[in-house]
Amino acid sequence: MAASSDRIPPPFPDTEEPGVCDMADGDRDEGEDIFVICVYGSFAFFIVGGGARVTSVRKKELSTSSGPPPSSSVTQSPAAMQPSSSLQQLEEEEDEDIFDVDVAVTNPEKIGYVLCPCICFQTSLAMFRSKAFSVRRRYSDFLGLYEKLSVKQSLQGCIIPPPPEKSVVGMTKVKVGMDDPSSVEFVERRRAALERYLQRVVSHPSLLQDPDVRDFLERDELPRAVSTQALSGAGFLKMINKASDAVNKMTIKMNESDTWFEDKFQEVENEEQQLRKLQVVVDSLVSHRKELCGSTAVFAKSMAMLGNSEDNTALSRALSQLAEVEDKMEQLHQEQAASDFFIFAELLADYIRLLGAMRGCFDQRVRAWQRWQEAQSTLQKKREVEAKLLWANKPEKLQQAKDEITEWESRVTQYERDFDRIGMTVRKEVLRFEKEKAKDFKGQIVKYLDAMLQSQQRLVKFWEAFLPEAKAIA
Amino acid sequence: MMEEVKEVTSTLSVHGHNIKVTEVLKDGDTLTFLIVSQKLSGTGEHHVDRTYDDFEWLQQLLFSQEDEPGIQGVIFPSLPAKASANPSAKVMKQLGFLGLGEWQLYCKVLERYLRQVAAHSILSKNKAVEIFLTSSEPPGRQRARKNLFNRLSQAVEERRKEGYKRFLDVVQSEQKIAVACAHFSASLHLCVEPGEDPDKQAFSKACVQLSEVFDSIKKNMTSVAENDMNTLGLGLDLESRCQEAEKEMLFRRTCKLVELEAARRNAEKAKPLKKAAMEEAKKTAEIEFNDICVVAKQEVHRFRAARVKMLQHTLVQWCEKQLLTAKESADQFNQQLQAFRGIAP
Repeated sequence: MAASSDRIPPPFPDTEEPGVCDMADGDRDEGEDIFVICVYGSFAFFIVGGGARVTSVRKKELSTSSGPPPSSSVTQSPAAMQPSSSLQQLEEEEDEDIFDVDVAVTNPEKIGYVLCPCICFQTSLAMFRSKAFSVRRRYSDFLGLYEKLSVKQSLQGCIIPPPPEKSVVGMTKVKVGMDDPSSVEFVERRRAALERYLQRVVSHPSLLQDPDVRDFLERDELPRAVSTQALSGAGFLKMINKASDAVNKMTIKMNESDTWFEDKFQEVENEEQQLRKLQVVVDSLVSHRKELCGSTAVFAKSMAMLGNSEDNTALSRALSQLAEVEDKMEQLHQEQAASDFFIFAELLADYIRLLGAMRGCFDQRVRAWQRWQEAQSTLQKKREVEAKLLWANKPEKLQQAKDEITEWESRVTQYERDFDRIGMTVRKEVLRFEKEKAKDFKGQIVKYLDAMLQSQQRLVKFWEAFLPEAKAIA
Repeated sequence: MMEEVKEVTSTLSVHGHNIKVTEVLKDGDTLTFLIVSQKLSGTGEHHVDRTYDDFEWLQQLLFSQEDEPGIQGVIFPSLPAKASANPSAKVMKQLGFLGLGEWQLYCKVLERYLRQVAAHSILSKNKAVEIFLTSSEPPGRQRARKNLFNRLSQAVEERRKEGYKRFLDVVQSEQKIAVACAHFSASLHLCVEPGEDPDKQAFSKACVQLSEVFDSIKKNMTSVAENDMNTLGLGLDLESRCQEAEKEMLFRRTCKLVELEAARRNAEKAKPLKKAAMEEAKKTAEIEFNDICVVAKQEVHRFRAARVKMLQHTLVQWCEKQLLTAKESADQFNQQLQAFRGIAP
């Protein structure tokens, strides 16, 4: 349990965490559904993409007895760390990337017709102008952020996490105020996806530095994001594939000096295929679970009716008890289906989109190479022009030619540098991505196992309660 | 119950309470059932093989004990629908729970039928039962006579209660989930990537472990579905057919009552020439009806008690089995979780 001495956290700010989410807390206490994105600062304890769970560890350590942080967000953080992990374990992980911003998204609040998540966060990073924040954002703001980032960062070779998909049907239902289970599920799904999206963004070192990201997190009012494309899942991938096609059509084929890139690209494509297959299977699992939910509910009702019409009193009571057990099991199945869905189906969907984004990066690199090559050939042409002019002895055009040569020489150098730089960035990104992926998946598996274990334990209790009733039938 | 029948008139030479249908053999499209019964004298066992047609033969002969007073008041043990080695979709639907799995439930139902027949005070006296259980030769094929008894076990599925159908849905959903889990588990193995890269290895290991987790889930679901089928499913099946059998008996009694009413009217209206004959007929009808009522009362009483006992036994068994499965699964998941956490995060 020896704490590494050079990692003693700076003293916690005076404003307690609950104070951070003052408005959120107050609202939460009333059971209001306010969507709060809480970005909790950590000190040097943080793990990439960690959720508010780490905050609760800190709470233990600080022994604050205040109300829980928006814990509904906790269950949805992908790379979740167990709250029971010791301080030591946390510190061991400090050796990995450390970030000081944590994001969580909680219940959405409807302002007029618009679903507006509220972000509140705190951080100890100097770059942010204050430690504790709260802002409201619309879904289109998230899309706007993605657009800005894509334009800028993808040119550098970074993998930009894609935001959650637009869904006209889902959002319309919510806007209209329908309260059925599918729209509730939609809102929850959207909330979880936004949270994962933000977590991925803030856990990326370069993206966190980006002024647009900071604006997004900090500014009270964001200019309305206009012309946000309908980024449906299919739309997003179509965009990526279009870019790939454009690259493939270029006549100058890249001769790869470094087979690393070729190999990796192939791997990425293979992996995307495999994940798609997995996704299909998981989807069918989720739908069967929902089916089981439905049949259990109907069965429970029929048992209740049977119990009512039964003459023998003990048997009647046992059947009614049975109906209740089945009702509880339906609840259990419902939760298991949700678990399957949120833990695996969404994870797979996210990674398929991330892999698509990664392919995009590779394409960026190829395009950078092509730009460089084109510049080189233009330079060559300019040189030929100069040579011709020299031979034809036209001094007045010669200067222009020389100027152009100089310009293109510098361009060639620039593009070559760009190409190298993108290459390095892509490499780094790929490595970071793989690390993230392994951690992410492991985290999800642990969460899932935990959920399964708990549901089995609850089942045991149900059956134990029913047994005496069954035995009592005379 | 009633296994102590040691009347002189009893022809059964074997114990009724432990008749077993131990095996089912497929011969082309026919299913042959191996039946084992213990000799009363304690000197060994009878092993016979019978097909479904043989069971029907027995049933027909039981129905046709016309000289037995009040036979129509008996609630006859019911046979399941006929099954073949490769049943059509329609037959599968008819069989309900009995069609899921590998005929174990079907054998259990046949077993129960034989036990009920052997334990019945009236039915066990029929020579056909002895022949069925002990003769090494297959019993004869008597032509089925059309009578009131033939309506049993036909179109049972339409008359099944809601509870049965709903539970069947539940079990089938559970089976589908098990299949999906197995599929997922297998697909995960395809994601294992070779290579020495530590992150790749970590991911591959995660996939392998997840595959094992889903394997456990599949096993759990399969057990849950089996428990459901073997206990509550079987119980609901027996219950539904028994209810039908009781209704059939009451229907027969009602028919007899109608006959009796007709005979009474005939006797009243009869012209002097026929009066004596009509009175005779009326008396016969009265006696028959009374016999039936006496038997029917006993039967209903016995039947209701047996039904409650059966349901209790079913529910207790179901609960105990599911409890055991849940505990085992909880242990399994716990182990896997510990193993997972034990590995460096």
